[in-house]
Amino acid sequence: MIYFNNVSKVYTDATALVDVTFTVEPGEFVSIVGHSGAGKTTLTKLILSEEAPTEGTVFFESLNVHKLRGDELTKLRRRIGMVFQDFKLLPNKTAYENIAFAMEAVGKTDEEIQSDVPHVLELVDLTHRLSHFPHQMSGGEQQRLAIARAIINQPELIIADEPTGNLDPVNTHEIVQILKRINDLGTTVILATHNRGVIESVDKRVITMEKGKIIRDTKENKHPK
Amino acid sequence: MCYTKAMALTILKRIIRAGVLNFKRSGLVSWAAVLVVTITLSVITALILFQAVLHFSLSQIKDKVDVKIYFTDSAPEENILQLKSSLEQLPEVTEVAYTSADEELRLFRERHASDYPTIQALDELGDNPLPANLGIRAREVSQYENIASFLKTDGQAVLGSPTYIYKINYYQNKLIIDRLNGLIAGAQKLGFLITLLLVLISIVITFNTIRLTIFISKEEIGVMRLVGASKMHVRGPFMIEGAIYGIIATLITLFLFLPATFWLGRNMTLFLGINMYDYYLANFFQIFAILLLSGVVLGIISSFLAARKYLNK
Repeated sequence: MIYFNNVSKVYTDATALVDVTFTVEPGEFVSIVGHSGAGKTTLTKLILSEEAPTEGTVFFESLNVHKLRGDELTKLRRRIGMVFQDFKLLPNKTAYENIAFAMEAVGKTDEEIQSDVPHVLELVDLTHRLSHFPHQMSGGEQQRLAIARAIINQPELIIADEPTGNLDPVNTHEIVQILKRINDLGTTVILATHNRGVIESVDKRVITMEKGKIIRDTKENKHPK
Repeated sequence: MCYTKAMALTILKRIIRAGVLNFKRSGLVSWAAVLVVTITLSVITALILFQAVLHFSLSQIKDKVDVKIYFTDSAPEENILQLKSSLEQLPEVTEVAYTSADEELRLFRERHASDYPTIQALDELGDNPLPANLGIRAREVSQYENIASFLKTDGQAVLGSPTYIYKINYYQNKLIIDRLNGLIAGAQKLGFLITLLLVLISIVITFNTIRLTIFISKEEIGVMRLVGASKMHVRGPFMIEGAIYGIIATLITLFLFLPATFWLGRNMTLFLGINMYDYYLANFFQIFAILLLSGVVLGIISSFLAARKYLNK
């Protein structure tokens, strides 16, 4: 589903990725682990074409992600749900509107929005927060809202970049359980984190990165644990 | 995305709703932008009124200028009337007034009714010393020269003989007319330049203010794009907000100028030569239309350009 072929990314002042090659199959749950600055975030940004690789190619199925322009890119991004460490909710919109906006963006009708939004809010246990603004909610609630927004349009892939970075252990556990449930329903999940505990509780394929390189991939059994 | 008519309508509805909501939720920031647009529109209104005063004063001065042809006693009246009708056919001429020698005398007596020595001197003369004349008014001050040269050539042919003309006061007034002409052209040019400059400055300030309000939403724009919103879906609400700035600013400006012009009308009518309040009310709908159009277009275009900067990142 996702193919990184010899991808390198060099910023003007630092090297983020060095010759990275790996594949993610549909339905997989892949955790990418590494210290801050290991290149995890760069990797997720390359999939969304927020950044362009210095060398190599990134494919989403048959699409060369960095050859896409304007509308095509918008369409690709609609197939991917994003969850961020800092939630990236729309501060001027209520919980309901945040999710409704994501549905409006892909052209859903008002009826679909009215029936789906309460449903997904119930899924992440936020029904009582319907008309609250993000700044009125706790970190864990904001992240659950962000996940609800990410899955509302049934994306093929969820990318979660340090989703638990700002959360306490209880909320962290909850978020991981939600992501696992989403994966069980068939959505591919890529989870980037530096938290070993999270990786262990997921217990699926782990790609370990260091200084922009993949140093271990449990699927390839390059390195026994 | 499906682009059926119903869907397009839904999208438009959503964009408008989001714009109105954003305006309400941005609170002080929105009102700051409205204030700046109001200042711009006030400048435009003040300039419209200033132009009216300028135009009125200039046309009053122009009205005071005319060319008079005085005829000798030997000139037959029908020849003069013939000249009058041929003058009236000139496109530059707005009005030709004939005053016969007797009429001129009557008017003179009327004007000087209380001026006993003058009337007495006139009576002493016995004869009518005042010549018959044609008063000519042109559309523009600059056209008097053409009319004078017409009189010199064709005019004399119509009249029959050059000796019938006693004098044409254009040649006496030429210097003043020429100067006035330059002055009017200068005043109009200056007025136009000042208008252009002030409007330009206001537009730049407004544009920058709106840019600042959108700068605050910079991150939001990025998030909307990540969620998969099209450019129009992101930009639309900002443009609606811009239009709202324009509409509210128009209403505030129109309202503010009511007491302002009322005061001007009551206290400055003599000085300005025109009652501002009457003028404002008489042209209310034109001014309303100009302001609304300027405000809304300014708001929408500023928002469009400002949002574009963050959309393309």
